Amino acid sequence: MFTAEVKITLKKTVADPQGLTVQHALESLGFTGLAGVRMGKFIILQLNAEDEVKAKVEAEEMSHKLLANLIIEDFSIEVYPESNRGVKQS
Amino acid sequence: MVKQEVYQALGLTDAEYQKIEQIMGREPSSTELAMFSVEWSEHCGYPRSRKYLGLFPKEGKYEALIGEDSGGFVYDGLAIVFKMESHNHPSQVEPKQGAATGVGGIIRDIFTAGARPIASLDSLRFGPLSEPYNRFLLKGVVDGIAFYGNCLGVPTVGGEIYFDESYSGNCLVNAMSIGICKKEELARARAGGVGNPIMYVGSSTGKDGIGGCSVLASHEFGEGEEKRPTVQIGDPFTEKCLIEATLEALQTGYCVGIKDMGAAGLTCSSAEMAHAGGVGMEIDLSKVPLREEGMEAYEIMMSESQERMLVCVQKGKEEEIGKIFEKWDLHGVVIGYVTENNKLKVNYEGKVVAEIDTEALAKAPLYEMPAEKPNNLDEINKLDLNSIAEPKDYNEILLKLLASPTIASKEWVYSQYDHMVQTNTVVLPGSDASVLRIKGKKWGLAATSDCNSRYCFLNPYRGAQIAVAEAARNLVCSGADPTAVTDCLNFGNPEKPDRFWYFKNCVQGIADACREFNIAVISGNVSLYNESPKGPINPTPTIGMVGILPDLNKHCTQYFKNKGDVIILLGETKNELGGSEYLKVIHNKVAGDCPELDLTREKAVQKVVYAAIQQGLLSSAHDCSEGGLAVALAECCISNKNINLGASLSLVVSCQLLVRKDSLLFGETQSRVIVSCDKSKAAEIEKLAKENGVPCEQIGVVGGRELGIDGLVDLSLCKLEDAWRRAIEKMLV
Amino acid sequence: MKFGVVVFPGSNCDHDCYDVVADVLKQPVEFIWHKETKLKEFDCIIIPGGFSYGDYLRCGAIARFSPIMEEAIKYANNGGLVIGICNGFQVLLEAGLLPGAMMRNTSLHFICKYVKLKVENTDTPFSSQYKKGQVVRIPIAHNEGNYYIDEKGLAQLKKNNQIIFRYVTNPNGAVDDIAGIVNTNRNVLGMMPHPERSSELILGSQDGVGIFKSVLDWLATR
Repeated sequence: MFTAEVKITLKKTVADPQGLTVQHALESLGFTGLAGVRMGKFIILQLNAEDEVKAKVEAEEMSHKLLANLIIEDFSIEVYPESNRGVKQS
Repeated sequence: MVKQEVYQALGLTDAEYQKIEQIMGREPSSTELAMFSVEWSEHCGYPRSRKYLGLFPKEGKYEALIGEDSGGFVYDGLAIVFKMESHNHPSQVEPKQGAATGVGGIIRDIFTAGARPIASLDSLRFGPLSEPYNRFLLKGVVDGIAFYGNCLGVPTVGGEIYFDESYSGNCLVNAMSIGICKKEELARARAGGVGNPIMYVGSSTGKDGIGGCSVLASHEFGEGEEKRPTVQIGDPFTEKCLIEATLEALQTGYCVGIKDMGAAGLTCSSAEMAHAGGVGMEIDLSKVPLREEGMEAYEIMMSESQERMLVCVQKGKEEEIGKIFEKWDLHGVVIGYVTENNKLKVNYEGKVVAEIDTEALAKAPLYEMPAEKPNNLDEINKLDLNSIAEPKDYNEILLKLLASPTIASKEWVYSQYDHMVQTNTVVLPGSDASVLRIKGKKWGLAATSDCNSRYCFLNPYRGAQIAVAEAARNLVCSGADPTAVTDCLNFGNPEKPDRFWYFKNCVQGIADACREFNIAVISGNVSLYNESPKGPINPTPTIGMVGILPDLNKHCTQYFKNKGDVIILLGETKNELGGSEYLKVIHNKVAGDCPELDLTREKAVQKVVYAAIQQGLLSSAHDCSEGGLAVALAECCISNKNINLGASLSLVVSCQLLVRKDSLLFGETQSRVIVSCDKSKAAEIEKLAKENGVPCEQIGVVGGRELGIDGLVDLSLCKLEDAWRRAIEKMLV
Repeated sequence: MKFGVVVFPGSNCDHDCYDVVADVLKQPVEFIWHKETKLKEFDCIIIPGGFSYGDYLRCGAIARFSPIMEEAIKYANNGGLVIGICNGFQVLLEAGLLPGAMMRNTSLHFICKYVKLKVENTDTPFSSQYKKGQVVRIPIAHNEGNYYIDEKGLAQLKKNNQIIFRYVTNPNGAVDDIAGIVNTNRNVLGMMPHPERSSELILGSQDGVGIFKSVLDWLATR
């Protein structure tokens, strides 16, 4: 069992109004020195793959096909051996 | 753990506990105790308010329908089902999810009656927007209603929003939903037929929203486990699927009864369904689809996980019903059977965890609460008009009032709600009432919600009557005949005699006004204990009202339509400023008595307006409410986004000479309607008014790009619109 | 002329589209359940608005993999007429039947209101009833209507006259005020505004019915 963590963010060339709004909110709270804020999605996949390499390949395929929309989004993947970060869904 | 601590933590008194022990003939189990605590709570059993709710008329001029969880009326063979319900405390804690699950809950009450939800309205109240937390609440609540309601495909067509200090620390979120079905297709919330299976349908059960029992949990069970927030999380997508699946299942005719798992989830739904059907029920919690491992029996019984329902199905049809829910990717499993005794027996993992007589469970104690008029009210009711300086610049005052968030346009809010889906919204939000078409019918519906809680604070009996009268007036101004009422009674702690005095008087006021209008109160909800360290909320008996337009084409809106139309005021203006928005916003005073109300006059005014609309005499009709005549006239000019039309008026005529100028412009005398019509129709309107003994005066003409009143007010439409349309949005950034 | 209206779990404008075809156009129409794997004979398929699969992950992303979509893609590639409205437009983008992607409104709010649209191209099966440059009133109701396409893609759209509707006042941040586009073959239309909500006088505007009537005209003269 492997856990793949997929991070999805809007491409740098695409405007991110949500990130901008959060940036403004932080600045109005007195946090200075913010160069930028980007928002994104974080998805945890639990994979029954044979090894880490295969798990990563599978997660990449999933990201390409469904999880990310490559017209506007980029993604990155990190794979760990089975962790306790369980997500039980109904 | 000592038993006393357990039942006290559940909100039960010593006397109540002894009564429970006496009923059971033994020491109750924790699960049983938890079940009693919810069924006997104010939320479910109404021990303190029940006696007074009996005052409401159950019949009116339209055939009333009063079901277990909602009510309605019959028109043209169709049942129009509606109800309003509060979700105040959850919204104060987590506004987005609190409001979202409030919408979800009330809509489930409608479709479990077999009716397809066709519209929602939301009546909201917050503290002043100058406080950041109130801004956070308003944004969160609107976001939650949009998040949930928009996804469901049920248009949010109306409602109201008020701002007042008394809601700082305890906002109000009252959600109303309307549904429709053939009369013979109405479903009941009762079990029946010994041996019939009981099915659990919808989403799975988690630990969310185990409210009153959280203390119990941390003491007796699962020591050291993290404490869950008691806010439930809504999933509108599942609810949308549940609507479709439920209506499909009910269409088969195989469902004996159905009930939403709302407050206290499985406990209320199972006990109340069994009791309503006069039967017993045996359920096995091991069969309940769970979202989390290791849940205790009482947690499963008390969970308020959303989007779940209990259905009693004809024996042998469970597979067919299950398949319908499966088609929509929802759970549909048999968890028990109807039994012939009156016992609710709950098993879990092979053991009996509760066995209670449903009769006893449903018989919440009845308490006579002391009621006492607040001792400072007489003082507050005194208002010497001479002590109020008449302003010099009426333009400035009018602009200030138009920008007061209670009066200002609510466009920032309703443009975030899908108010057009289902393609039936004939009059969009922003007029006196929303008007809905019923596809394939000549007639239509109008709906509104109303309550000026400042009036109720100053004079609960008359304030509540005004809420009813104004709701009816709003419907009539849209071309509808008022048919029935739902109410949402929001008050402070009933154990404090002054709060309870308000409750009693408001209830009496609603009951008497509805009798006068000959309309039934068909459903409702009570929300007490609305207090924060700052004190109680203003008494807020929100009235939801639905009306029938016999001919949908004869609907009417509030805004002026044609240049040259004559403007007529129906009703008379008195020297009244008590409880007005003007007094609050301009003079920072909440004082005096609320405006007078003569229900005979009120009915006469409404009769004239209704008849004039039916005869096609009117171009527009608008009720005078907060902000008085000047604000109402400004709204007539600017509230239509497509055509803004000015007007020039003379109010200082005949008897109105006796009225102070500020009271003439901004006083909130009841039973007044501003109408406009083609010049040629004015005489007919005047004749109608005369026949009904209603004062009627031509006060001006539509046209131009300004609003001018007697040289007191002279403002361009741009200025008026600028003050009014974006006021709320500006306060939120 | 037979219309089909695709129903995903979470579709909520399916009945509205159905009713316009049946009651206003007086044409035969059927719902198509998303799990169906065989498409019957239809002259036009409508993918309606709503929140297919709760709009979870991304609007239209999950619906795009419903069994029926494979059939719909084949149907479109064979020249069949497809209209995607609001969420339906998002599904068509995710399915690659139309170019670009949809992002959140710049206001970060859901917006429901009437907007004015300028008709840019009348030479399609969906817009022949309008005049070029005509301004029409059709409501929007969405959270993610901010149409995105890169510069190269936009140049292609312009060059091929694929932009059918532009907002007169941009409500959501869409690139080049784009409200509706067609594919290069002009048999697939995607638009954020809801023509089914403005097809009857009683609802305040009939400006949207032209899209459906254009389809009827086009089918009749084929």
